[in-house]
Amino acid sequence: MVLRSSEITIIGGGIVGLSTALGLLQAGLRVTVLNGADGDFRASQGNFGLIWLQGKGADFAPYAAWTREAVARWPEFARALQELSGVDLALQQSGGFEFFTDPDEFTAFAQSLAQQQAHLGPRFSHEMIDGDTLRRLHPEIGPEVVGASFCPLDGHVNPLRLLTALQRAFVTLGGEIRTGAQVVEIAQAQGGGFDLRLKDGTHLGAPRAVLCAGLGSSTLAAQLGFATRVSPQRGELLITEKLGPRLGFLSSTIRQVDEGGLQIGGTKANVGPDDRETLSEINALARHAVTVLPALADVRVVRAWGALRVMTPDGYPVYARSPQHPGAYLVTCHSGVTLASLHASLLADWIEDSAAAPDLEAFDDHRFALSAAA
Amino acid sequence: MTIDSRFLPRPDAGALLHMTLDGAPITARAGDTLAAAILAASGDASRHSTMGTPRTAYCMMGVCFDCLIEVDGQPNTQACMVAARDGMVLARQNGARGLRKLSSTPAQSNADG
Ligand SMILES: Cc1cc2nc3c(=O)[nH]c(=O)nc-3n(C[C@H](O)[C@H](O)[C@H](O)COP(=O)(O)OP(=O)(O)OC[C@H]3O[C@@H](n4cnc5c(N)ncnc54)[C@H](O)[C@@H]3O)c2cc1C
Ligand code: FES
Repeated sequence: MVLRSSEITIIGGGIVGLSTALGLLQAGLRVTVLNGADGDFRASQGNFGLIWLQGKGADFAPYAAWTREAVARWPEFARALQELSGVDLALQQSGGFEFFTDPDEFTAFAQSLAQQQAHLGPRFSHEMIDGDTLRRLHPEIGPEVVGASFCPLDGHVNPLRLLTALQRAFVTLGGEIRTGAQVVEIAQAQGGGFDLRLKDGTHLGAPRAVLCAGLGSSTLAAQLGFATRVSPQRGELLITEKLGPRLGFLSSTIRQVDEGGLQIGGTKANVGPDDRETLSEINALARHAVTVLPALADVRVVRAWGALRVMTPDGYPVYARSPQHPGAYLVTCHSGVTLASLHASLLADWIEDSAAAPDLEAFDDHRFALSAAA
Repeated sequence: MTIDSRFLPRPDAGALLHMTLDGAPITARAGDTLAAAILAASGDASRHSTMGTPRTAYCMMGVCFDCLIEVDGQPNTQACMVAARDGMVLARQNGARGLRKLSSTPAQSNADG
């Protein structure tokens, strides 16, 4: 069999790389994904699975609008992806709560959501609900909850099945995934395109290259002249034994996965490249869950894990073309689950610079150029 | 239908203990695990998994989780890891466990109500 050489190579096969790859493939390009080592940190295998809008971009209107568009595109994205892959994503977008036990935090979040509302206008809606009203709607909520915000547009998905579905759909449509293909060096090739050196010493040519390597992006980004340096932020999560009854709600910290267990998350700690879970954080998560839902007190935790978020310096996505190396792109973000529906659609238009290309200037990497130089 | 047990009680049996399984009396000998007592009492499944398939104790050493039952109101207890005591109330589990105070039909949201 003669492999048709690919027109564009995606470095990194997590949710971000595969969504981007799928979009480019569906736009008619021949696409190869190079995915690194099994021991790499992989946010796509340890995340919480929210497709979440409330709070996003309260301080940065372009991100609020981009996330709003992502949420709007999820139903059609999921339908098509399920059909291509045969994988049930367990998508549900019936609204979500954020619960508060501290009145000051509740008030501060109300201000954030008001700001987000101002950015999005009629494309957004939310409610702030005081504790007693909340307990009239959901009597199972504990007395220490002082209030909750609710956004009817929030939802969730089974994140591991999302990853599997992306892999299957990409391969089904003729995309090529190479595993254990860790790129250690990227340089402009003589005569155009790029020369990728892999860890095993082999070289691969790539006419164009999109860097989507999560926490593995920084070194390669520097080689391509990008200013963005991503850093890890650890989140710890729990999952409980399966429950028969369905929770009547979704929240940013407690969600019932379709198989019945409750996923409880997510802490935030900047502790470098260390994804080990800690007893103190697990304890705090369990306490939070029982505060919100006292009936969980005798429910067992069956697994706990830590995973590293891929954070840009300001927390917003980066979509950038290398000014020095035409044909090289950097795509990285937190909330890659939420944004997958856009990465698999509009982002291909942007990479192809087609008529439908969205304006992603606000997410360019030059916003970090000064701080990187300083 | 009841299925006969294929297990015999231990010959060096200790004191007789009385418990109930789904309300019916069963006995055990001091030193038996709950799983041993249930296997000796009946060859029937001791639970149905969350997928609806019949299960009973298998490894008898805390590894396979096939022996899960409700013990004195505590669901998902490994019967092979708990020693029988007089008066224990055991129940077979059908599917995933419930929640004590959470009703299985959530309250209807009705913002006007
Ligand atoms: C605890 C936690 C909770 C989260 N919750 C949510 C949520 O609820 N909703 C949401 O939208 N997002 C959530 N996220 C964020 C989301 O998981 C990430 O944005 C997304 O998974 C990032 O995907 P990625 O492909 O960029 O990175 P990764 O999944 O890390 O994938 C990067 C890939 O690149 C490969 N790679 C690395 N270096 C190289 C190299 N040199 N050469 C080749 N390949 C390489 C790696 O092997 C890996 O497969 C959460 C993240 C965490 C950690
Ligand atoms: S029989 Fe295997 S865990 Fe109890």
